[in-house]
Amino acid sequence: MFKHRLLAAAAAVAGAVLAAAPGAADPLKVGFIYVGPIGDFGWTYEHDQGRLAVEAAHGDKVETTFVENVPEGGDSERVLTQMALSGHDLIFTTSFGYMDPTINVAAKFPDVKFEHATGYKRADNVSTYSARFYEGRAVIGHIAGKMTKTNTIGYIASYPIPEVIRGINAAYIHAKKVNPDVNFKIVWVFTWFDPAKEADAATTLIEQGADVIMQHTDSPAAMTIAEEKGVYAFGQASDMKQFGPNARLSSIIDDWAPYYVQRVADVLDGSWESIDTWHGIKEGMVEIGEFSDQIPADIQAEAQAISDAIVSGEYHTFTGPLNRQDGSPWLAEGETADDGTLLGMNFYVEGIEGSIPQ
Amino acid sequence: MDFGAINPLTLIATMIVAAMPVLFAAIGELVVEKSGVLNLGVEGLMIIGAVSGFIVAVESGSAVTGLFASVFAGAALALIFGILTQFFHSNQVATGLALTLFGLGLSALLGQSYAGIKPPSFPYPDFGPLADLPVLGLLLFRYDALVYFSAVLVVAVWWFLGYSRAGLALRAVGENHDAAHSLGYKVVRTRILAILFGGACGGLGGAYIALIRVPQWTDGVTAGAGWIALALVVFSSWRPFRVVLGACLFGGVTLLQLNFQAVGIEINAAYLSMAPYLVTILALVAISGSGRRAALDAPDSLGKPFRASA
Repeated sequence: MFKHRLLAAAAAVAGAVLAAAPGAADPLKVGFIYVGPIGDFGWTYEHDQGRLAVEAAHGDKVETTFVENVPEGGDSERVLTQMALSGHDLIFTTSFGYMDPTINVAAKFPDVKFEHATGYKRADNVSTYSARFYEGRAVIGHIAGKMTKTNTIGYIASYPIPEVIRGINAAYIHAKKVNPDVNFKIVWVFTWFDPAKEADAATTLIEQGADVIMQHTDSPAAMTIAEEKGVYAFGQASDMKQFGPNARLSSIIDDWAPYYVQRVADVLDGSWESIDTWHGIKEGMVEIGEFSDQIPADIQAEAQAISDAIVSGEYHTFTGPLNRQDGSPWLAEGETADDGTLLGMNFYVEGIEGSIPQ
Repeated sequence: MDFGAINPLTLIATMIVAAMPVLFAAIGELVVEKSGVLNLGVEGLMIIGAVSGFIVAVESGSAVTGLFASVFAGAALALIFGILTQFFHSNQVATGLALTLFGLGLSALLGQSYAGIKPPSFPYPDFGPLADLPVLGLLLFRYDALVYFSAVLVVAVWWFLGYSRAGLALRAVGENHDAAHSLGYKVVRTRILAILFGGACGGLGGAYIALIRVPQWTDGVTAGAGWIALALVVFSSWRPFRVVLGACLFGGVTLLQLNFQAVGIEINAAYLSMAPYLVTILALVAISGSGRRAALDAPDSLGKPFRASA
């Protein structure tokens, strides 16, 4: 008898809770999947800062969750499905390799909204967004070209995808412009995040005479090595100053917070729709980190001028005359590259040695 | 294509540094296997050594303290393996594999809040003018202290196994534990000590990665070095000096592919990435295929459980 009463009471309480929950304005569930750990102090770290900004801006109207260290490919599809099943309304997939998994899962959950970073496949419930990192590369390429004494710049590249190739080209064009003797040594490591491999790559490049290191990988390992060996490097995705107080010349910082806050607001007020966003220095999605004192004032001013010209629209990173690596003309004098070509860029510009791995 | 751009001296010097983690782990595992125990948990020992060394180094502010911590942590984890296999007679292969999985999981848990922190730097001994010698300076006098320690360790292990009474006893236990037992040698005690030594070396190898080579903590930072160390022991047919050779070879393959890329020698990247593992497999096949001495070099009681019943 007593037992029955207890059960009834429990049921009543449970019923009350269930009934009360929707009344307390169900928070919007926003999920993030990351390719590295949130403590990488690079790419993933900045995405997580964006997540925290969403929480700060929208308070208890949202609930955010994240899964870190999700390998690109099949595993990510499993994680995404799990997120969609567990009631997330909006999911940010923050690495290029999540593209197909995002599209696949989105097709199965038409009511869930997806935002895929740096990809090019969209659907009714899948938006894409990226930053014009290449604008930042133009600025640091200029600095690198001026600062190198050995005329050798080491470049740690991740995967041969348009985004990475664009970065190499942008940096090369602007280094070459101020230093005709400059030479890029490019090493492909085929990973976004593997500090041991990134460190080995940095060591190799320095041994081969590079005195300025650029990277398109996510960890500050290369910065740490540069500091140790007394060469220059640039912060990638995040400022990374603490890893190379002397080595760091400047940095390209990704600021995803305004975009994330806006997109969540759009879902909250029902105005979200599938769009493609590609913001640069002007919109603040790409930020140039503070110039180090190691850079002479005149070079700082030149670099700032490039950044300002990009913001005002006077200057485009890819302005002709530019030839492809094989010498065939790409852009005529004064012509600028269109976004379509940039998004699919699969060639080096003239002057870069080596070929893009297939 | 320009091979000339690769400076062989700097390449050798970096290959030696790249060899350190597997060298430490493999020399430890060699002693373990010589005593007749097969510990497949080297990867787990290394990663636990890496994470504990890193945490202690960061908290204490001293990389050397961190290294000591990694030695103890590696030995402590190995002790679990020792107790399970020697006293409870659990299957060595399964226990070793479990040790690796356990180590990987535990290290990820412990290291969670240590990702992205810069550890204190490790001291380099100062050889003064010697370091400036033209060729020798680069080849011999510009390493961190652990490289020199590894040389001492390899020679010590070689002497111990070949020329000391205790080493002879250890080998006897590994070759035929029943015979060794009937002669009055303490089989279980010898093996536990060997396992502890193997754990300490594995831990040190892991800490070398996280504290000196990278230097950073990330999940899975050892990236399979423990498995390479295991293969290396077989590759070297249980001989300490061959371990050094193999370690340089295996450590060097990764570096070589990065060097090739930097000087513009084009090889499909997939081949480059698999190269170290391919070399491991080829080496193993070549050794077991030759059939004459190598197979005989394996300790006879390797992996067999010992029960002191007789």
